[in-house]
Amino acid sequence: MSLANQIKNQHLMWRAGFGPAVEQLVDLSQVSSKQLYKALQKASSKKPEYIDVADDFLKGLWAGIDEVGRQEKMKEIKEEDKKKIQQKQRESVKSLNLNWLNVFVNTDAQLREKMAFFWHGHFACRNLNVFYQQGLLDIIRRNALGSFRDMLQEVSKSAAMLNFLNNQQNRKDHPNENFAREVMELFTLGRGNYTENDIKEAARAFTGWSAGLKGQFIFRRMQHDYGSKTVLGKTGDFDGDEVLDILLSQKQTAKFITQKVYKFFVNDTVDEDKMNWLADRFYQSTYDIGKLLEDIFTSDWFYDEKNIGSKIKSPIELIAGIQRMLPMQLENEESLTFLQRALGQILFYPPNVAGWPGGKTWIDSSSLMLRMRLPQLINDIDELNIKTKDDDDQMMGRKTPEDGSKPMGYGKRGVIRATIDWKEYMRHFEKVQKDQLIGSLASNLLQTKSSVSGELIKQYSDAGSKESFIKSATLQLMSTPEYQLC
Amino acid sequence: MIIKRREFLQVGSLATASLMVPKFLKAFEVRNMMLPGNKVLVILQLSGGNDGLNTVIPYRNDIYYKSRQRIGIERSKALSLTDEAGLHPALTGFKELYDDGSLAIMNSVGYPNPDRSHFRSMDIWHTGSESKEYWTNGWLGRYLDAQCKGCDKPTYALELDDTLSLAMKGEEAKAIAMKDPKRLFGTANQRFFKDVMQQHKDEPGEQPVDYLYKTLSETVSSANYIFEKSKLHPSKAEYPKTELGQNLKTIASLIFSDINTKVYYVSHGSFDTHINQQFQQQRLFTEMNDAIRSFTKDLKENGRFDDVLVMTFSEFGRRVSQNASGGTDHGTANNMFLIGGGIKEKGLINPMPDLSDLDEGDLKYKVDFKNVYATVLKNWLAADDMAILKKKYDYLKFV
Repeated sequence: MSLANQIKNQHLMWRAGFGPAVEQLVDLSQVSSKQLYKALQKASSKKPEYIDVADDFLKGLWAGIDEVGRQEKMKEIKEEDKKKIQQKQRESVKSLNLNWLNVFVNTDAQLREKMAFFWHGHFACRNLNVFYQQGLLDIIRRNALGSFRDMLQEVSKSAAMLNFLNNQQNRKDHPNENFAREVMELFTLGRGNYTENDIKEAARAFTGWSAGLKGQFIFRRMQHDYGSKTVLGKTGDFDGDEVLDILLSQKQTAKFITQKVYKFFVNDTVDEDKMNWLADRFYQSTYDIGKLLEDIFTSDWFYDEKNIGSKIKSPIELIAGIQRMLPMQLENEESLTFLQRALGQILFYPPNVAGWPGGKTWIDSSSLMLRMRLPQLINDIDELNIKTKDDDDQMMGRKTPEDGSKPMGYGKRGVIRATIDWKEYMRHFEKVQKDQLIGSLASNLLQTKSSVSGELIKQYSDAGSKESFIKSATLQLMSTPEYQLC
Repeated sequence: MIIKRREFLQVGSLATASLMVPKFLKAFEVRNMMLPGNKVLVILQLSGGNDGLNTVIPYRNDIYYKSRQRIGIERSKALSLTDEAGLHPALTGFKELYDDGSLAIMNSVGYPNPDRSHFRSMDIWHTGSESKEYWTNGWLGRYLDAQCKGCDKPTYALELDDTLSLAMKGEEAKAIAMKDPKRLFGTANQRFFKDVMQQHKDEPGEQPVDYLYKTLSETVSSANYIFEKSKLHPSKAEYPKTELGQNLKTIASLIFSDINTKVYYVSHGSFDTHINQQFQQQRLFTEMNDAIRSFTKDLKENGRFDDVLVMTFSEFGRRVSQNASGGTDHGTANNMFLIGGGIKEKGLINPMPDLSDLDEGDLKYKVDFKNVYATVLKNWLAADDMAILKKKYDYLKFV
């Protein structure tokens, strides 16, 4: 099939996944985009496995504490054990980060994980409790391609979110509106589509929603306000579930979600007609996410030239994308969290409940320089020679934790100790003639027309052997501004 | 001079659709654009939430000593300012500045509905939003947007660090972050980057890749410019060998040149003193004190002290009561230092915090930090504060 077809398939892989993998290179030029999408759907149809990386010490401790008498038990924990708990929690969240990133790189269920990655930014949550984080992650991965209604309900009842948005403090006699506000502003309707009074009333419906130590949802009857509430024009003695249903009954919710999905998967500039068409169907399907994605990825306009290569890769997409094309062994995995911090996107540490703003906000002079140096840094084991900013939410007042471990992604001078496995990659370009190599490499790596000439890439490549030429030209192409786009 | 250049830049940006640096703009890089008398703002971020009550100590207040039996600082040890208040013993240089009328202390600065997460509260300070709002760009970045329309290099604002803070990111323009002008120069001038840049020609209509090339071009152009300027009049003064000391020395060297930078941003920390606060705050204050003393002395000796305003802030203060570990937990309102030869109000410019009127153990804010921003933007940087802060805030009188 044609080069145009290959570019389209790569477009699909970058958007519906974390970029083409090296072992897919042959297929990408042979199948149609429709076939490829079917394959992606099939590979993502299984229920994902629960990612459990929580430390054994924590598990033992948590298993020993019952809900009854929990307050007293927690008080009994010695000061040094508290420190150990914090340290283990931090390490476990770091493992969770690396583990999930690793899934992005290696899984065939690209569509599911990419969509879960979207929801990770949508239901953005910072929480140092690894059990809570794992629970929330499981919810968004299980429901990633299912019903948005189910997911919204589960997320709203997750310990991670209830804690993060202070709903534990939302009581009948002392309401806390934070949870209700974010549910409306960021999870469903979007700003400007409700009144302050709607928030107040909705908050009353969520009173008593709480979570137990082990992350289970608890409804505290004594703290719930059973009175009548009026939310978005509807009146009744609503509970939280009923308020969520009122929010979902608003077409604006379908529109808000669809618009965000469009920006994430298609283009930062929204085509209103297409978006409205998608939103209508999303609403009619009662929020079937899988169908929404199918509508997008099987429509012709998704493959329009203006949508291809138009998005700036997020740091996670960049890091995972390089690893998918150039499989590598990392000696020091924490260099991956260091890179996440230096480039401005750390999994499980969104900037705030609004998630990562994306687009041009990824790029400033420092982050662009680092992005363009990255392929060489990986290959040469060069000193990164940069220091990331402190994160006091993680540092807990210490310069470095007593055990000497570093908080996630924090460090002075990272070195990425990686060994790239070039075998599969080389095999793909074996039969390409030398004078066509650069064109062939570029068409696999870049999704946008490049002004960088083949001559220039050649100048900077090692022509010693075909193999060294392919390696160095690949790294050089990955060091261009064009490679930052997908 | 400055006005002329701005007008010229605006014409320049209309005259060329190209995002690449036009040659005629480059010519301006060698001209003297920053004359003495031009105001410079240096922001010193005290990361981690500095304990304001042990910084400016209310040593006549019983509640203070009752709440802080272990970590309260005795009157005899504090550096006396007034009958009511004294400075932390390590801040001897600040006391000298106070004595010669170039230090102002603003108490009880904060914002409504305070957030006690470092990250979130820092976000609020960086963006200048209300605590209910989530903004994606910073107040100094938006200042840069306004200053740098169509300019070829965003050097009006510089951060002394390897990565750029949210405060310095605008909608369009983003400031430059660097630790060392020479290193920035070396990185940006890798031959490959320059060659790649030279081959790029903008096509009609804005392409997504243009933004990356624009940033690349600005980076290279800024790196060269900053490096050139840093060599013109490098500071010869002695500075402490600490990170902050060296950063302030770099800033001084740039101020002495004719660089067009108006805002410098530098951070110091971490002040997150949950445990053994005394030791940690003492160490950080000693470093800060020595660095600021060298910096202000250097500026004075070079006749630029009147043109520089140093402003400190922290994402929040700490709770009034100490905790069980000899430290303090996250609080709310806090004090700010304003330093410079050009300040119009001196010493304690508003009342000390009222420790008998607390909000669940936390200080109530009396001054919204956005009023401080508006004042600095309008009265010091001569910028359009309403456009930048997206709202009208009343001005204070310190500059």
